Amino acid sequence: MKLHELTISQAHQGLIKKEFSALELTQVFLKRIKELDKKIFSFLTLSEKLAILQAKAVDQKISRSQEIPFLAGIPLAVKDNILVKDLRSTAGSKILEDYKAPYDATVIKKIKEQGGVILGKTNLDEFAMGSSGEFSAFGPTHNPCDLARVPGGSSSGSAAAVGAGLSLYALGSDTGGSIRQPASFCGVVGLKPTYGAVSRFGLIAMASSLDQIGPITKTIEDAEIVFEVIRKQDPLDSTSVESKVSSFNFQVPGLKIGIPKEYFIKGINPKVEKIIKEGIKKIEDLGAKIEEISLPHTEYALPCYYIIMSSEASANLARYDGIKYGMSKVRDKKLRVKNLLEVYLSSRGEGFGEEVRRRIMLGTYALSAGYYEAYYLKAQKVRSKIKEDFEKAFEKVDLILTPVSPGLPFKIGEKIKDPLLMYLSDIFTVSVNLAALPAMSVPCGRVEELPVGLQIIGKPFEEGKIFQAGKVFEK
Amino acid sequence: MISKEEVKHIAKLARLELGPKEVEKFRKELSEILDYVKKLNEVNIEKVKPTTHPLGIENIFREDKAAPQPVEMSNDLIEAAPEKKERYIRVKAVL
Repeated sequence: MKLHELTISQAHQGLIKKEFSALELTQVFLKRIKELDKKIFSFLTLSEKLAILQAKAVDQKISRSQEIPFLAGIPLAVKDNILVKDLRSTAGSKILEDYKAPYDATVIKKIKEQGGVILGKTNLDEFAMGSSGEFSAFGPTHNPCDLARVPGGSSSGSAAAVGAGLSLYALGSDTGGSIRQPASFCGVVGLKPTYGAVSRFGLIAMASSLDQIGPITKTIEDAEIVFEVIRKQDPLDSTSVESKVSSFNFQVPGLKIGIPKEYFIKGINPKVEKIIKEGIKKIEDLGAKIEEISLPHTEYALPCYYIIMSSEASANLARYDGIKYGMSKVRDKKLRVKNLLEVYLSSRGEGFGEEVRRRIMLGTYALSAGYYEAYYLKAQKVRSKIKEDFEKAFEKVDLILTPVSPGLPFKIGEKIKDPLLMYLSDIFTVSVNLAALPAMSVPCGRVEELPVGLQIIGKPFEEGKIFQAGKVFEK
Repeated sequence: MISKEEVKHIAKLARLELGPKEVEKFRKELSEILDYVKKLNEVNIEKVKPTTHPLGIENIFREDKAAPQPVEMSNDLIEAAPEKKERYIRVKAVL
């Protein structure tokens, strides 16, 4: 097997058996990135020096016969909205084009402590706002399965890099499907953990009640390994919680699986539907009990999400003011700004791209005087109904299976001019964020060369059950 | 359809300078999105409490104690500002 095809545990075994060094492994990926990423554009920044230093440090430990943790010497790629100290962190935006992170995100700190090897920072829709990767201010990422198509978004570069074998695994973030949908489109595994299971400290905030960091990997076992390292309560993120690892006796026979009827509606690509139904059949044949369930407020999830997400994003993005850091017009010789307001208007006016402006405008509208109750407050009430739907469903079933996306990876440019059409790509993923649940995208089949992902949704903090059930579909 | 004046008002609240064609563009796009989200009016939310935390967690306390940071960290933070004087960040006059 070629080195770039290894899983985390295979690479770990190879390192401790001294079949190859961490430096050799790292150089394989750096070489592949230099050769192949021109056409994919999954990386915005390469951190070659850092990667080599980190790899050499692990090799030293191995040569001294020290024990090394699972992620030591394993190369990873990091979505460019997660801070890595001293590396550029753009979030895919012109407004942070030259921003250098002054500290490590908690997830990065944990991975560095293990001896992880950071290859670089990956492309994304600007501030993680998008479902295709096309809204990056630096240009779109291409799907490694078909370069004319989008890799999904917003963790476009992370999913494409893992799919193309340019990184052994990656970190992404998921606010409404941004880990699961690109994982589905690139044929890899993507986990959106329970809200609060992983610290968000050092994640550039988009919508704080929805954002979560999670792994994008080749296999479920890899996702499990990475999740175990990055999860835990963090004093620097007061919304993070100590997740109990639920020990349970997992057996497929007798497992109760819910299939929400609202997720199999017209508008779903029949070829996608067929593959998902075959997947469901597979677990049924192994003895799982399949039950049709109803999540009656499903059709309200997307409008609810777009109000809450854009409102929170408009508030979070107020920090880009041209004063503290990032792009600023304060010293622009032509403009000669006179007062504070002009600094704000001109810096933000030039720094933010199309989709970010749209969401800031929508969110500001929804929160403005006279509209707050009609939009934001109403959406938070509908959110309670959506959560309640899941709570009721989980009284009867252990897990819920759905498609990740209603369609296949689309052509670059196909949906970019129609915001509402683009938003519909998220229709099966946003409810999970609204309800704070864990969910994973698992490769389930292909339509010609294009991958289809199955979404497995669990109860809060039952990632373990999702991993176990997911392994059925890998076989 | 929302008016041009509303779009301009929102942009000012958002501290976002719009280009000449953007007012009309946002007027159309925001109106379409707002029409779409009107769907929420169909849901009976009488007596429903709004979600205030995704998992219903409340009152996370910590000791009221500063966590000292290395001086390099504060230097880096100040260094990131475009206009500064000594260890202060400078801003333009408010008015």
